[in-house]
Amino acid sequence: MSLSSLAQQIHLWLLGHMSEQWTLVLEMIIAGILVISFFAVLGLVLVYMERKVSAWMQIRLGPNRVGPKGLLQSFADTLKLLIKEGLTPDGADKFLFNIAPIGAIMVSMLLMAPIPFAKDFQMWDINIGVLYVSAVSSLSVISILVAGWSSNNKYSLLGAMRSGAQIVSYELSAGMAIMTIVILSGSLSLTEIIQSQQNGWWLFKGHVPVIIAFVIYIIAVTAETNRAPFDMAEAESELTAGFHTEYSGMKFALFFLAEYVNVFIVCAIGAILFLGGWMPLHIGEWTAFNHIMDYIPSSIWFMGKTFGLIFLIMWFRWTFPRLRVDQLLKLEWNYLLPISMINVVLVTALAILGWYFK
Amino acid sequence: MFLINYIKEVAAAIGSLLKGMRRTGYYFTHHKEIITQQYPDNRDHLNLPERFKGEVVMPHNEANEHRCTGCTACELACPNGTIKVITKFDITPEGKKKKAIDKLVYHLELCTLCNLCIEACPSDAIKMAQTFEHSVFDRSQLTKILNNPDSKIMDGVE
Repeated sequence: MSLSSLAQQIHLWLLGHMSEQWTLVLEMIIAGILVISFFAVLGLVLVYMERKVSAWMQIRLGPNRVGPKGLLQSFADTLKLLIKEGLTPDGADKFLFNIAPIGAIMVSMLLMAPIPFAKDFQMWDINIGVLYVSAVSSLSVISILVAGWSSNNKYSLLGAMRSGAQIVSYELSAGMAIMTIVILSGSLSLTEIIQSQQNGWWLFKGHVPVIIAFVIYIIAVTAETNRAPFDMAEAESELTAGFHTEYSGMKFALFFLAEYVNVFIVCAIGAILFLGGWMPLHIGEWTAFNHIMDYIPSSIWFMGKTFGLIFLIMWFRWTFPRLRVDQLLKLEWNYLLPISMINVVLVTALAILGWYFK
Repeated sequence: MFLINYIKEVAAAIGSLLKGMRRTGYYFTHHKEIITQQYPDNRDHLNLPERFKGEVVMPHNEANEHRCTGCTACELACPNGTIKVITKFDITPEGKKKKAIDKLVYHLELCTLCNLCIEACPSDAIKMAQTFEHSVFDRSQLTKILNNPDSKIMDGVE
């Protein structure tokens, strides 16, 4: 029983009971509810995971009081955020202030649409999935800028401006890294990119240039999601949380949730582009091994790879110190961008000459 | 030349980042390194570090003898007047007068636990204890007399 057959059965059942238009409407509603509940679960799981990972890396215990092993800690925190008062400061631009967190969460929801969670299981299979993802993900800077601007607070404004400079510059090298895979697979559709990794993931098939692209992608998306060591926009010790200084209660929770969902999405895209999405791990001629790997459901493969990358990004966060603004921009413009430009040329040569494993 | 330096720089940066990640990865996988004390739960078997500074005490041996000569070095070293040495004169068996302490008054409520008195003491008479549950309902209980009643100076301590 795979997720795609389940979706197919629901689709057929609905078609048998009502007209085609109503089926479409109902399926949209079901997908919406699923996405919202997935967001909630993802937020809870990732917050708990982050707190445990950070604690263990800093030789601490982490949450261990609420529920077994502290598993209910994030439920308790969510409950607390729900019943807290959502303040709007007096001098704030009320309309923009209240709309900014909704904008942040909306961008994350839009990014969910083209992601294939399992074999034949995705909401919207568009032929320009990669372009769509990189275009929509850059919208997230708008909600951060709006939040910083409308708060009427100098810390918030500074945080928002820093975040703007950061996302604009790191988008470039993230785009270049994504481009290497587009060149190799010859398609912008996420489904086709996964299909092209049937006989091996691009990380293994593409030699050194793809490994360089993968490293650059991970660095760039860490910066794009505003996480340490690139958390200049929040910078607790310098800007007292930056763009969300003035936010409280559920509005703050929406920003928090959007950050974690964005981390999930960039890791999912990384897993799709470089690690083969829901494709199981196949090694050349080892037929028995490949058969065993095929028995693991595709959704587990996808989630495993994604959570592996999320763990990597958390590992970065709890190991490296925060960069200064000038170091941040120097890293991008002096190192990542030139290297990724040369890398794109290398990959193009590789693709034309056919020097990658086929 | 520029290119070589550039590549060297990148390699050194990646190397040092990996070094840091190896350290945190080690801590992530080795939970026995965790140093958190779950305090109220493990109150009976606390594992405090050796240099933990709780309060100043004066150790006495079984014969109720301490090592304090009453030299007032600790009183002089204290930056905020926490210690007050009240001296008296003992008559030795030979009939000579000898300076000794009557009371060593210690104001815990004034103490910042800076350790300067312990460093100043020439005869190691006082030391830091590992107790830290100091809250009381009346602040007069925080003024302590460190030497036991009827205690004497140890033989051989000058």
